[in-house]
Formats: sequence, C-alpha cells, structure tokens
Amino acid sequence: MKILIVGCGRVGSSLARTMLGDGHEVSCLDEDPDSHSRLELGLESSWEDEGGQFTVGTGLEIDALLTAGIEDADVFVASTDGDNTNIVIAQIALRRFEVETVIARILDPYRAEWYEQQGVRTICPTRVAIEMLESDLRRIAGGSEHQAAQGDG
Amino acid sequence: MAELGGDYMLVVGAGKVGWNLTRELIEAGHEVTLIEADRERYLTVEQELEHRVLYGDASELWVLERAGIRRASMVIAVTGDDEDNLLICQVAKDKYNVDRVIARVNNPRNRQHFDLLGVKPYVSATDLILRLIEREVPRYGLVHLLDLADAKIEIIDLLIGDGAVVVDKRVGDLDLPKGCLLISVVREGAGFVPTADTVLHAGDEVLAVLDPSVEDELTSYLGFTGRRGREQDAQLGGPDSRPPGN
Repeated sequence: MKILIVGCGRVGSSLARTMLGDGHEVSCLDEDPDSHSRLELGLESSWEDEGGQFTVGTGLEIDALLTAGIEDADVFVASTDGDNTNIVIAQIALRRFEVETVIARILDPYRAEWYEQQGVRTICPTRVAIEMLESDLRRIAGGSEHQAAQGDG
Repeated sequence: MAELGGDYMLVVGAGKVGWNLTRELIEAGHEVTLIEADRERYLTVEQELEHRVLYGDASELWVLERAGIRRASMVIAVTGDDEDNLLICQVAKDKYNVDRVIARVNNPRNRQHFDLLGVKPYVSATDLILRLIEREVPRYGLVHLLDLADAKIEIIDLLIGDGAVVVDKRVGDLDLPKGCLLISVVREGAGFVPTADTVLHAGDEVLAVLDPSVEDELTSYLGFTGRRGREQDAQLGGPDSRPPGN
C-alpha cells in the first residue's frame, strides 16, 4: 500500500516509521526540512535508505503533492499541527486527487464530527483523551450512586 | 447597497480590511458582528466598535454560533489566513446554509482550492492590483472587469487601436461576433452609452459584455495595436499575455 503523510511531527513521523516497518511504501511531506531528522529517530540507516520518501513543501502546493506521489497514493494522512490545514488538504486529496482513503487529524471534536459526516475520516485526539479520562475517572470513582443509577458500572 | 438592508452580516478577521469594512457596513445601516481571534487586536478594535466585535476563533463552530451565524445572511471572511477563510465560508455555506459568502484570498495560488471547495466569490488584493497594472500598462490589450464563469459572461475593457479596422465606423455597421454587445465608450475621460450611430475613434476605450468564447474574435476585430504605440515593440511574454489576434 502507498501511504502519503502530510505533516511530519511527532504523530506523522512515528506513524511513517511504523508503516514503513510494516512493509508499506511511505512518502512524507513537510514544510520544515528539519523534520526529516525526526523520521530517522531510532533507524539504523537514513530514511531514504530504509525505503522512505521525503519532500519539502506544504499540502496546499499542488506541485509538492505531485512530487510526493499523491497520484499513486492509496492512503492520505493529514497530520500537520493545524486543524484548518488538515481539513483543507484532506478535501484536496479526496476531491481533486480522489485518493481512496483520506484521514485527517482534527483536534476540535465538534468540527471533527461535522467533517466526518462530509466523508473525511477523522481522528480526533481530543475526543480520545476525553473518553479515556472519563472512563478512567469512572473506574476510580467506581460504585458511586451516579454510576449505579446509569447501570454501566 | 440598499437591497441588503436589514440583513445580518458576520465579518471574520479584524485586520485593516475587516475593521474598515465593518465600519463602512455599520455606517450604511447594516447589522454587523466582527469576529477577531487575537486578544490584543480585539481589545483595540473593541474600543471603537464595542459590542459589535466578538473575541474568538471563527474556525470553531461554537464561536460562529455564538456570533449568531444561524440568522446571518452573509459571511465575509477576510483574515490573513487562506485556510481559515476557506473553511469558515465552507462551513457557513454548507452547514449553516448562509445565503452569501465572500472570501479573501491572500495568496492567488490558493484560488484553485476555493474553486475546488465551491467557495465563491473570492477577492484577491493581489489580483486587483494586477488588474490595475494591466489597465495602466496595457500589454495585454484588454482588461477583465468582471468574470462570471458559470454564467458564461464577462465584461472587458478594450482600447481601440490606431490602425484598427473599426476606426471611423458606425457601431451599427460593425461586424461584431455573435454574443457580444458594446455597453459603453470612454472618450477623452467621459463615458457614454453608444448607439448605432456612434462613430468609434482611435483611442476610445470600449466596455463590452460578451460570451468568453468570442473574446479572441472580438479582440482581433477591434484590432488592438498598443495604447501608445511603443507597447507593440515590448516583449509580449509570460503565460498570461494576450498578444493581438491570439
């Protein structure tokens, strides 16, 4: 599978390494040339030697997307640090390049929900954190009246 | 703008454009709320606009809702960030069914993304200034004043060249391409609406409304030969240049 990841921060770079290790073709696009070194954390040779691709540019630049290989990508991941950028580039991948699977990281749960309805697969870290905290706190507060009343304890 | 009276408008981004625009709209009698995400800028603008400016990031839905987007009939996004302007207008149109949206494009290269997501009309200051330059330095022969691509209609401003075949001819005798109408002539600084008896002079500036497909035909017929003659010798280069008859 060919995976294009735009935004090579902690999330994007870690995902890229794992997917490359799983044997997929991985291409990364980031506007910061220094983010390349984050890809190589823990690798024995360079990102390119391991078979990865890296392009400097933003997801709004069509030329950069083409260089990064968007036309052959099976999966497009928008994982920059900006919600708005992720939402825009995910829609470019979906509508203009018709990439089969498009996933965007959106921090704002309310917007994540709406764009999910518009056909963009979204991962909302805020939502995940809220759910984990809620379930953890409920476990700690286990047996309380509130929980008993809800019947989900 | 009288026909807009009574409408509720949201303006997003209290930079120079947003602030001045809001002030003009309020003076024209409209109900307007301006939204600004930067606290310091908000406090500055708030001294003048008071309750009509709201602090918050308009790309978050709850901020738009608190600003009353559900009853807004127009949303104008003029922040310095194209992604913000694009998404605010997209959400306004698609989620809240706002009738009219206007987006500012900061980087003209991003226009294609506004088209892709169906956000229009958009305004680009860079493009407006480029058009003014085209007007002052007419190496392209014509200036696009209005393009309604979907409606297949445009209005152009064209100069009648010195040696053009239409010089000293009556408008009624012109052999204009089908789908084109001359709507005004500017001569020696004064404009008028031509009749069939109007005789065209070299140096007249003509406004025409037309189907974009006959643009080249019209340009070559009216025979652009350069406003001051010397432009003819100038290099006609670049992908956007429109040399005569091309």
